[in-house]
Amino acid sequence: MQKIHKIASEIEKDSIISLAEKGKRLDGRGLEDFREVTIEAGVIEKAEGSAYVTLGDTKIMAGVKLEIGEPFPDTPDKGVFTVNAEFVPLASPVFEPGPPDEDAIELARVIDRGIRESEAIDLEKLCIIPGEKVWIAFIDIYILDHAGNLFDASTLGSITALLNTKMPEVKVENGEVKILDKLVSFPIRKIPVSVTFAKINDKLVVDPCIEEEHVMNARLTITMDENDNIVAMQKGGAGTLKTEDIYKAIEIAKVKTKELREKIPRGVSNG
Amino acid sequence: MPIYFQSKDIVLPGDLLAEGDYKAGTGTFKEDSKIYSAVIGLFEIRGKILRVISLEGTYIPRPNDVVIGKIVDVSATNWKVEIRAPYLANLPAANYFDKPIDPLKSDIRRYLNVGDIIVAKVVSFNRAQDPLLTTKERGLGKLRGGRIIEMSPTKIPRLIGRKGSMVNMIKEETGCRITVGQNGRVWVSCKTPEYEELIEKVIRKIELEAHTSGLTDRVRELIRKEKERLKK
Amino acid sequence: MKFIKHEIPQKLITEDGLRTDGRRFHELRPIKLEVGILKRADGSAYIEQGRNKIMVAVYGPRELHPRHLALPDKALLRCFYRMASFSVEDRKSPAPSRREIELSKVIREALEPAIFLERFPKTAIDVFIEVLQADGGTRCASITSAALALADAGIPMRDLVSAVAVGKVDGHIVLDINDLEDKYGEGDMPTAMMPRKKEVTLIQLDGQWSIEEFKQGFELALKGCEQIYQLQREALKKRYIEIREQAAKEMGENAENT
Repeated sequence: MQKIHKIASEIEKDSIISLAEKGKRLDGRGLEDFREVTIEAGVIEKAEGSAYVTLGDTKIMAGVKLEIGEPFPDTPDKGVFTVNAEFVPLASPVFEPGPPDEDAIELARVIDRGIRESEAIDLEKLCIIPGEKVWIAFIDIYILDHAGNLFDASTLGSITALLNTKMPEVKVENGEVKILDKLVSFPIRKIPVSVTFAKINDKLVVDPCIEEEHVMNARLTITMDENDNIVAMQKGGAGTLKTEDIYKAIEIAKVKTKELREKIPRGVSNG
Repeated sequence: MPIYFQSKDIVLPGDLLAEGDYKAGTGTFKEDSKIYSAVIGLFEIRGKILRVISLEGTYIPRPNDVVIGKIVDVSATNWKVEIRAPYLANLPAANYFDKPIDPLKSDIRRYLNVGDIIVAKVVSFNRAQDPLLTTKERGLGKLRGGRIIEMSPTKIPRLIGRKGSMVNMIKEETGCRITVGQNGRVWVSCKTPEYEELIEKVIRKIELEAHTSGLTDRVRELIRKEKERLKK
Repeated sequence: MKFIKHEIPQKLITEDGLRTDGRRFHELRPIKLEVGILKRADGSAYIEQGRNKIMVAVYGPRELHPRHLALPDKALLRCFYRMASFSVEDRKSPAPSRREIELSKVIREALEPAIFLERFPKTAIDVFIEVLQADGGTRCASITSAALALADAGIPMRDLVSAVAVGKVDGHIVLDINDLEDKYGEGDMPTAMMPRKKEVTLIQLDGQWSIEEFKQGFELALKGCEQIYQLQREALKKRYIEIREQAAKEMGENAENT
């Protein structure tokens, strides 16, 4: 059944391709238009940070939980973060219960790369006792409704949840960590944002919906920081991309990441 | 023998519809001499038969239904067809070809392959056997070009309208070719993609407002407005 | 968030007979129900009850894989209750816990009597429950919401299922216990029923209850279910009634324009 859902009909394929040739899309969007984006921060009170993102019909929830733990031996003075994506079967007829599959792991790793390589989190500020105690941030992304382009929805959700995260101040007394009542913002210094493209025949379309993902030859995700540095890139799908596709995508991403970054709620993090 | 609701009332699962000498039609069930609704839907009184027209639900095949299906598997003498039902349908080669074919000599994939869309008729379906399809009738067979729009199967009767009134009006107003599958798939082919988009808008409206009255008039109004917009 | 220090109250019930969130003994928490919120699912519903936030999706009846699990005479109902990692104070591992597996089972068995499974032999009906935030009474809120998602999927049902937990808190029998009352109270009794004939489809109990206390609690639970049932009905009908009103308005406008 799962496999059957992924078989695109020839008619669907033809109509998406012939529309793209004319610069049009199924839902009336232009090739470079995003669907409507909404981002809500701080929706889960029990999480240290959270965000609910809708991108057209795609819906995701990202949450941040903090724990105190040990640093990695090679980075004793830095905190730790991990990104995990759960493709819960609620979200799509093709998702099955069980541990994350390769798609969920790819998604989590691409989000992770954008945050890590942009140095979005000031990990040194998460160090409590070098070599012994640091803050560990768990960023968990739950896909609730999969209508295409999980990458951009999840990047927006993760960074918004981090911006929204509050952590307690701590004090070290006689080698013991004491958690204080005062809450401070999580140390975020960059806001990486991604833009995902689907290559349909020889056209690039921005923010593919699920029907477009079913017929695309290849996918390209580009994550940029606010200085237009490219901090993560991921090609997916069995098809190929040309040099000019990639160059063009970067130019589009430069504009679109700025537009998306504007939509991220700020100021909420200084609770 | 009271009836507790009026025709077109929205009823919910477990609602007591009537007591006494009535027949439990689709969307209802009988316990003792009481008839209850089994689904969320519109109550309908047809003489002694009480029905609830479901507003939601999966397509369950019935003999003689025209459906639009997607080929998902091929063997030497049979196609498996996905028809948005909980059961995959079979289209045996014998129900597609006019003359018998020799499976050793001809590859039936050359005629219909995985991903192809067909319009077919349900020959039979019962608990023992998966739905059986045929394309050996006028107007059935492989669909080419155009666009497939999916809608809730329970709302297909509304898209068709009484004796085809709704779909015929849409065809007249837009000049598009439209084939409606009872399984909630609609094939449309228009002169321009804008008109196909218009049909999709129309279908979304019918889907959303299936339980309201005066829908044909509002749909006509929408088409005319959209046509004006497209002219500009 | 776990780093905000919540005072653990000395008393769960004040001298004025108020509970930690200001409710009276027989009062439900504020409940928000929404139906049909997910695009991909065949049916869906969302519930907020207190600070519980739970999303439910129903898929089916659909083809069942692996096929050997299929039942020849009816649909197989499967239920998956899962808590998001950030739904509780301390991060929960996403792998299903024994608790989640047990709750999935009792929720399935609470819903099953209401569904005409025999109408869809060999198929599967899947109910996926994602607890986004937990605040006590999640299994009951899940059942309440799942019943709506099933109805929204158009699955034929004998009745809805309504659920609520009562608790024993500082010696009092109270309705719809919250997180604190669940953790520090003396007893918990999740109950679900099909309201039409008041048939009980879930009952669990922990703590120590005298027979008298049990009876009092059970009757309170049934009353609570009845109130929740009314909210479920409103939530199911709301969308359709709003669209009807909108359509009537549109017709009025069209008439004016012509």
